[in-house]
Amino acid sequence: MAEEKKQFRVIGTRPIRHDGTDKVTGYARYGADIHLSGMLYGKVLRSPHAHAVIKRIDTSKAEALPGVMAVITGRDLPEVADRLEELGEQVTNIRDESHNVLATGKVLYHGHAVAAVAAVSPHVAEEALKLIEVEYEVLEPVLDVLEAMKPDAPLLNPNLRTRGIGEEDGKPSNIAQHFQNKHGDVEKGFAEADYVVEREFRTTMVHQGYIEPQNATAYVRPDGSVTIWCSTQGAFAVRSQVAQLCKIPVSKIKVVPMEIGGGFGGKTVVYLEPLAVLLSKKTGRPVKMWMNRAEVLQATGPTSGSVIRVKMGCKKDGTLTAAQATLIYEAGAFPGSPVGAGAGVIFAPYRLPNVQIDGYDVLVNKPKTGAYRAPGGTNAAFAAESVVDELARLCGMDPLEFRLKNGVKEGDRRADGPRLPRVGYLETVRAAMESDHYKTPLEPSPDPTKRRGRGVASGFWFNGGGPSSVLVKVNEDGTVDLIEGSTDIGGTRASCAMIVAEVLGLPAEDVHPHVVDTDSIGYTSVTGGSSVTHKTGWASYLAAQEVREEVIRRAALLWSVEPAEVEYHDDGTLTCKSDPSKKTTFKEIAAQMNRTGGPIEGKGTINAGGAGPGFGTHIVDVEVDIETGKVDILRYTAVQDVGRAIHPAYVEGQIEGGVAQGAGWALTEEYYYDEKGHLLNSSLLDYRMPTALDLPLIETILVEVPNPNHPLGVRGVGETPIVPPAGAIANAIYDAVGIRLTRLPMKPSYVLEELIKAGLTS
Amino acid sequence: MKPIDYVRARTLDEAVLLLRQGGERARVLAGGTDLIVQVRENRRDVDLFVDIKNIPETNRLEYDPEHGLTLGAAVPCYRIYGNPAVAKAYPGLIDAVAMIGSVQIQGRATVGGNLCNASPAADSIPPMIVYRGVCHIYGPQGSRVVPVEEFCTGPGQTVLGPGELLVWIHFPPPERHAQAHYLRFTPRNEMDIAVAGSAAYVRLNGERIASARVALSAVAPTPLFVPEVGEYLAGKEITDEVIRQAGELAKAAARPITDMRGTAEQRKHLSAVLTRRALRGAIQRAQEA
Repeated sequence: MAEEKKQFRVIGTRPIRHDGTDKVTGYARYGADIHLSGMLYGKVLRSPHAHAVIKRIDTSKAEALPGVMAVITGRDLPEVADRLEELGEQVTNIRDESHNVLATGKVLYHGHAVAAVAAVSPHVAEEALKLIEVEYEVLEPVLDVLEAMKPDAPLLNPNLRTRGIGEEDGKPSNIAQHFQNKHGDVEKGFAEADYVVEREFRTTMVHQGYIEPQNATAYVRPDGSVTIWCSTQGAFAVRSQVAQLCKIPVSKIKVVPMEIGGGFGGKTVVYLEPLAVLLSKKTGRPVKMWMNRAEVLQATGPTSGSVIRVKMGCKKDGTLTAAQATLIYEAGAFPGSPVGAGAGVIFAPYRLPNVQIDGYDVLVNKPKTGAYRAPGGTNAAFAAESVVDELARLCGMDPLEFRLKNGVKEGDRRADGPRLPRVGYLETVRAAMESDHYKTPLEPSPDPTKRRGRGVASGFWFNGGGPSSVLVKVNEDGTVDLIEGSTDIGGTRASCAMIVAEVLGLPAEDVHPHVVDTDSIGYTSVTGGSSVTHKTGWASYLAAQEVREEVIRRAALLWSVEPAEVEYHDDGTLTCKSDPSKKTTFKEIAAQMNRTGGPIEGKGTINAGGAGPGFGTHIVDVEVDIETGKVDILRYTAVQDVGRAIHPAYVEGQIEGGVAQGAGWALTEEYYYDEKGHLLNSSLLDYRMPTALDLPLIETILVEVPNPNHPLGVRGVGETPIVPPAGAIANAIYDAVGIRLTRLPMKPSYVLEELIKAGLTS
Repeated sequence: MKPIDYVRARTLDEAVLLLRQGGERARVLAGGTDLIVQVRENRRDVDLFVDIKNIPETNRLEYDPEHGLTLGAAVPCYRIYGNPAVAKAYPGLIDAVAMIGSVQIQGRATVGGNLCNASPAADSIPPMIVYRGVCHIYGPQGSRVVPVEEFCTGPGQTVLGPGELLVWIHFPPPERHAQAHYLRFTPRNEMDIAVAGSAAYVRLNGERIASARVALSAVAPTPLFVPEVGEYLAGKEITDEVIRQAGELAKAAARPITDMRGTAEQRKHLSAVLTRRALRGAIQRAQEA
């Protein structure tokens, strides 16, 4: 299906991004830029406790404050039934979501919403929050997954019973799910091994860290129709969730996705949208809401902390014989951690004759987790890649040679079942071995207090597809508009526009992409799972093909020949096979379209399957200050099979961004709770994401093994690069100081503790 | 957030009058990089901001080799490191003012505000202590002076009484063969707050240390002057063992807590490491001075 060997004119070039001018001039409109006449401002009251029963809420004093127009609590939300909602890489239960957007009965984490106010100014709304009286009966929180799994642990939800594999006893539990992926016989495999390594790893919750906080403005008109302006990865997903949470038909809701300041998976679930709708309904006026940074960190989907046990065995020659893992992930306050995905990632790069993986999804009194770039992958790979590094050392093998020997290729079976289609994992390992970085020996530091080391790690992501809709309409000046429903968080306006330009033989700048509201385009699933250039790119390809066919028909009409006589060339010119004197261009046809039959449009709708899995292999050099425990990254190279790089600069940007987030997860980022479950570091000062000064220039090597199931060979590229960094950095630290770190983040206090234990400093 | 009054004071007397009238809910506003954030985050209740950025005395930035440095309480960091004579004479102070917050913050933040905010982790206070800074305070009873090391009395607490404000800090002129160095430890390379910090000042006499002063940040309820280190170092020959011993004395004086920014053990350990490194940096500067 893929058009191999084809010479592309637009694909693979680096045109200026279509949204660039608006971004650099400040014209791009974000949710915070919405101002409507008569608009009110909404604020949320949040729980100061991690676990408590709400005994009583008295809103009368707040309601009496001049300027307050409405107050809502959990009682204002309609009762909703259990129903699972697909959100790309996350499935959420609408009933849980209802209890998450406004607590009823119990609060389950520090920052859980309990009431919301709409007032004439944000300051009045804030003052009103202080006047709401909530009486709590504080309960013992459970913050650690292993504690939460104990039979006598405090229960978050006394009605929750484990969905298991036959071992369930029917008693209430914090374990929402236990599953097992298995093939072969691991006991036999370990018996065959010459070396077996077994370790336990622990990681903490981390946040997506998008710069733009959640925001939503809603207006419910007197006729009951609703418009919502918000920052989201999926306008249709917002429409569907709000419809169910507020019991409004989808046809009455229009969602206008604003420009988005980052999402990374965290902006698929709704938080403020239903509250703004309820407050607008109550007041008859538009209501605007936004979170501050503390609210974002306390109450919007971080990804899970985890306990992961890994055991792997290999023969002396490095051949892996068996691998076993137990992954226990924090779900947060409601079921739904990405432990399933973690189980799919953990051993994905390796061919394993015997494998067994157990996964547990466990409730704790922390925020409901949400999708975060390759959800569950980074911590899983950290565990497995550390053990693989150890095995390679035991065998005396180069760690990339070890991966080459055991790496997967087309036809190999993944631990979670499916056989792999054509993938480029081994190509990434070979490219890493051939890289300037790997071939350049690491010089020791001239400073005796600094030790340097090099580490490698690999990573995998599934990548996704899904439904998508696109319209391409031709303008009389020969440009085209591309109308799409995929919100753009990773450069997909550019990639989809370039695909249209390629098909029609136009320059990229002659295609104008527009992300529109839910009334103006067909259903489009969320921007998640690295799916957009795959699915919406494919829909764009189909829509552009339709336009191309129509342009051929118009030329045939003008020349009075059969369409089969018309040849459409890559540069947008058309000629007639039987009469070389007949020539025209896309532009000329566009100028005459209303005289040759009317407007020209093409549509592409698809439910895209066939996503191409992504593999990457990373190399990192670090320097450890043995007196302080600080780890600095000196050099970083990320190699990735990207299928087909439509816009290589954007692909490189995705890889650099993934590495930057992975490095933050590895070294400094963590949710820091006290023993009562209060999140203490809910600011970007103390939730330490890396800055530009903490990272070197990240080098990227793009390996292109086209996805055979996509017309242009596209693979998702955005998530794979966050998977290897923590493992690669841990392995580099081992190389530098000989200490195997098993906790994330590998922050200075932890590294120093281990350096002191090892006698490297005193 | 409720409406807040704001007054731009033009004279010290006007500022003092406003502070007296406003009582406990009146606060001096200089750069505002701590205060405005605290008010916005409901961490401090304020009814009146008294802006001191338009008072001539608080804007003084005057240096000469005979009289030393007068640093007004409203002078932002960028003016300090942007003044070549000051930067040359007090490089240990520049170490701190050039690392506070970020370039944007340094355009607004003042050393006077850093002192009055009285954070144990304040970067500019240890170097001001080792440079023997003296705070000039003005209030209803007139002027008084307090050494920098006695200015902070607890986290967020200072010696300022009702109606009093910090006007300037004065530093004696640089001594011959003497210099200071400030270092802090942060997990991030910028936009961070010290897990621990150490400022060291040394005056050399050939191969020996004639006198020294060391002060630490983020290891006690206030920035901590550690006279024991200076007493130990006075008259000692510069050797690795002497430097190591000085670090151990700093470590012994530190009495840190464990919080989200670091553990008590880590801070104790860093007090020694940073003091050793700050001393070596100060010695090198003193040898070049």
